[in-house]
Amino acid sequence: MNDIRTQEMNLNFGPQHPSTHGVYRGVFTMQGEYITKCVNHIGYLHRGIEKLAESRTYTQFIPYNGRLDYVSGILNEEAYVRAVEKLMGISDQVPERAEYIRVMMAELQRIASHLVFYSSMALDMAGFTPWTYGFRERDTILDLFEMATGSRMMPNYMRFGGVAADLNEEFMPALRKLLDIMPKCMEEYHGILTGNEIFQARTKGVAPLSREKALIYGISGPSARASGIDYDLRRDEPYGIYDRFKFNVPVRQTGDTFDRYIVRMEEMAESVKILEQAYREIPEGPVLAKVPKIIKPPAGEVYHRIEHSKGHLGFHIVSDGTAKPYRLRICSPCFVNVAIFEEMAVGLHLQDAVVAFASLDIVLGEIDR
Amino acid sequence: MDKKIDRQALVAFLNEKMDAQAEVFEDNTEASIKVPRLKLVETMQKLRENPQYKFDVLMNLSSVDYPENFTVIYHLFSIEHKHYLTVKVEISKENPCWVPSVSSVWKAAQVHEREVFDLMGILFNDHPDLRRILLPEDFAGHPLRKDFTQQAD
Repeated sequence: MNDIRTQEMNLNFGPQHPSTHGVYRGVFTMQGEYITKCVNHIGYLHRGIEKLAESRTYTQFIPYNGRLDYVSGILNEEAYVRAVEKLMGISDQVPERAEYIRVMMAELQRIASHLVFYSSMALDMAGFTPWTYGFRERDTILDLFEMATGSRMMPNYMRFGGVAADLNEEFMPALRKLLDIMPKCMEEYHGILTGNEIFQARTKGVAPLSREKALIYGISGPSARASGIDYDLRRDEPYGIYDRFKFNVPVRQTGDTFDRYIVRMEEMAESVKILEQAYREIPEGPVLAKVPKIIKPPAGEVYHRIEHSKGHLGFHIVSDGTAKPYRLRICSPCFVNVAIFEEMAVGLHLQDAVVAFASLDIVLGEIDR
Repeated sequence: MDKKIDRQALVAFLNEKMDAQAEVFEDNTEASIKVPRLKLVETMQKLRENPQYKFDVLMNLSSVDYPENFTVIYHLFSIEHKHYLTVKVEISKENPCWVPSVSSVWKAAQVHEREVFDLMGILFNDHPDLRRILLPEDFAGHPLRKDFTQQAD
């Protein structure tokens, strides 16, 4: 092989590559088929949402959150609303039923988000059929969102002290139907992709990420748990009522592309478990606490994070006592996780880099904000 | 989320061990300490390596443009002890304003610092690759500063 003369070349990956759910550009330096250097270019979607927050009231800012990670908007809303509630000191006033609805919405959204991951990762390996499978159940979940919130992707449903509206009578039977078919669907997903020999050959041992490296890069969420970091905020620092639910936290050790994939797949099954419990236990009652019409948190600051489908999503809010945030910083998991790719891509084949990138499950809307 | 550490003991430890000149920072979070920027990297190194504290994750790096100064805020977390700490560095509004980079302590700081540089205009000394990250290279100004006004308003 050594006597074949090759020349270094630069290859632009993107800026509109489909595996990125948005506009990312990687500049690869290629030596033959191998990547020797990778430089991330982001920012194509930058909308200045942090600056916008400073000129909107706390309530007006809620819908912007759905536009950050547009495949799991409810989770972004939840992180923001909980941060403001903590700043206001009203976290404990959220009614029981609202807490259950929040859990149900969050877990449905987690499944929907992981299904987008599953589908697009399969698509990046030219597997079109798994893509249709994943989007089938995701669509059912979006129907559920439409019933509860009136919107499929940009819900604007969370409110300080609860949620905007109670569930309508269609919702619970539809949820029951979904929960009944999910185990069968999970089998199908695994059957068509996980056991596939080509899929295994393309993912096992590819782009491994050690625990040490994951820590120093601040990687969080499923990508970190695939590298042996056994940490899930829902279990280890339960917010809301997560301490009432029984579920496992899937953890793997090698942190290769396959592990990152399988952790997310197992997480979907755990989310179904949580949904089953919430379905059984949800009480009747109000869904919104009596909070002031105009939200004016006392001067001070707060940092609060939740377990988002892609990692730890944190909001750092500084209040000066007025009705608008003085400064609002969104620490998004995708922004932190994408940084590892510059190092991860080095030494990979081009086609493996595509799959490794997909396995990080990032959404550019949240990276650029 | 609220597991806090004894800040008085931590500050005493830092000041005694390495003359860090750290102070307890009084705010509503009850988790902040203040460090002068010249002692920042050393302090962070200690906080990460000392087995009693072991802050192995930099969760977030934020910056605020207060009327009197810029504040750079580091949110630290320890997976092992499950505790939190907020470290603040206050810098006067000189030009150019700078703080030392902590990217040698946590690689995660690299992208965070580039973003703060891009949007707030604070320089990070010894950062390996300090470029704009979200805005185009030729963008003028730093949008998150309070004196940068939105055109639409």
